[in-house]
Amino acid sequence: MALLELNDVSVRFQTDDGPVQAVDRVSWSLDSGEVLAVVGESGCGKSVSAMSVVRLLPPSAKVSGEARFDGRDLLGARDSELRAVRGREISFIFQEPMTSLNPALTVGRQIGEVLRRHLGMSGAQARDRTLELLDLVGIPAPQRRVGEYPHQLSGGMRQRVMIAMALACDPKVLIADEPTTALDVTIQAGILDLLRDVRERLGTAIVLITHDLGVVADIADRVVVMYAGRKVEEAPVHELFAHPQHPYTVGLLAALPQASNGSGRRRLQEIPGIVPSLPEPPRACTFAPRCPRADDRSRSEEPPLGEVRPDHLVACFHPGEEPWPEGWRS
Amino acid sequence: MSVQEAAVLSPRARMRRRMRRRLLRRPLAVAGLVVALMFVLMAIFAPVIAPYDPGHSDFSAALAPPSSEHLFGTDELGRDVFSRTVWGARASMQVGVFSTLLAMAVAVPIGLVAGYYRGWVDPVVSRITDVMLAFPFLIVAVGLAAILGPSLTNATIALAFAAVPALIRVTRGETLALREEDYVRAAIANGASDTTILGRHVLPNMTGTLIVQMTVWIPTAIIGESLLSFLGLGVQPPTPSWGVMLSAAQPFIDQAPRLVIFPGLAIFLATLSFNLLGDGMRDVLDPRTQN
Repeated sequence: MALLELNDVSVRFQTDDGPVQAVDRVSWSLDSGEVLAVVGESGCGKSVSAMSVVRLLPPSAKVSGEARFDGRDLLGARDSELRAVRGREISFIFQEPMTSLNPALTVGRQIGEVLRRHLGMSGAQARDRTLELLDLVGIPAPQRRVGEYPHQLSGGMRQRVMIAMALACDPKVLIADEPTTALDVTIQAGILDLLRDVRERLGTAIVLITHDLGVVADIADRVVVMYAGRKVEEAPVHELFAHPQHPYTVGLLAALPQASNGSGRRRLQEIPGIVPSLPEPPRACTFAPRCPRADDRSRSEEPPLGEVRPDHLVACFHPGEEPWPEGWRS
Repeated sequence: MSVQEAAVLSPRARMRRRMRRRLLRRPLAVAGLVVALMFVLMAIFAPVIAPYDPGHSDFSAALAPPSSEHLFGTDELGRDVFSRTVWGARASMQVGVFSTLLAMAVAVPIGLVAGYYRGWVDPVVSRITDVMLAFPFLIVAVGLAAILGPSLTNATIALAFAAVPALIRVTRGETLALREEDYVRAAIANGASDTTILGRHVLPNMTGTLIVQMTVWIPTAIIGESLLSFLGLGVQPPTPSWGVMLSAAQPFIDQAPRLVIFPGLAIFLATLSFNLLGDGMRDVLDPRTQN
């Protein structure tokens, strides 16, 4: 049985400019010890769908569908039950390490707070465990760092502290929302190594939310591609990179810079247009306006998810690996 | 300071030291600090500093001019004005500090709840504070003191109550801003309860603002106390207070203007010093004025 499961989760926001459908009937599941990547452009609903799992969205968000953790329903759970799950069994790492730590508390107090809350540790126990955690996430001289304030740490260090805090109670699921986006490339690699290490040593299942396909290739087992609030493709990572089926995924992969092999340079293919923000889920393929393969059917009917290859789901009437026509414009 | 010494200090101590140094670079703030501290010490050690009992009358020396015996001269009942001014600092500081602390104790929790939970609490609290703020601070204080009856304690309560709406507003505004911080979101994602978030993540990050607010309200309350005492709504006559002294000196303003000048000067210096200190603290605690 899946550890964490989303079934037909939809999220609608009531904004001043009217309703926005941020997530439209998205389902995915995560097995223990698995790394699932959720990829897509900014605004495609990847973060929102993950945050809806433990109800971290503002009250203006209306969530429907079902989210189950270890068989327990999360969307209908009481606040006190959710608080016991948050940080204890499902932890989050956010994109902004610079602002995600409280500037008024030392690193040790912030991590210790989580330990005391969830595991009822005493001050001394929490301190020992904090040192252990800081060591685990690769922070040198933890004895000294534990008494420091966030402003004394670099961005990479802070992200490591955030990870230490997320891992404090040995959670079963770690949801990492763009954990490397705000960091330097060299630091990114270190953080990814750390996440891989965490999965191997602690067996933590990870949901990695990112727009960076390089990161996905590096660490993920399975990939969910989202576009405009919908899941458009899902496959194991090797399958997806070798045989992308949805034109959006094909476009994303073509937009990835590759090391030139000397035989002439290739111009990066871009995907023209932007992700639409939709008031209502349209009865059509949401990607149709930007798609070279779109036809009347794509524009009037919603493509269902179908298994086109073994273990490979696509929501498209015209799946296939063929690249985009050269210089295509919508 | 040597390099080794800096390394030994804890980060908190280092931050304090940096703050202190930044405050000490502002001459006006330092002057404010020194004078304010002087008044506080004067209030605490009044029995030691004052050469005479403030209630002791020497009718043979009524309205005596300043001399080595009576530094500020004597009043119409032959009481030593210097001793009374020193003792007057007690009433002023007591009311100034305690009414501000009392107001904070009431306003901060209300502001936190209104700013954090929003919902129906926030508009209700905000509208009530708006209505209360429509009345001038001193009018509210005078009215309340009149209802409660004249005494030092009642003056403290009246001034505290009059300061509450403004402090609720500041706390609420600050809470509104802080609840959107990423670290608050991260704390929620880590399963923190509302009390933890407010106590550990919101309140500690507004201490700077609250300290500045204190240094603004203390002088306001000092003036308030003088006014209430002047009107007979605060400290009652035999007990010395700057307001009481001013009020009693009115008939003698031509004969002995110093009876008005000394307590007036005390009020002026006390409020000015706290205001200067407050300005300096605001500059030091505001991260936008980094230098």
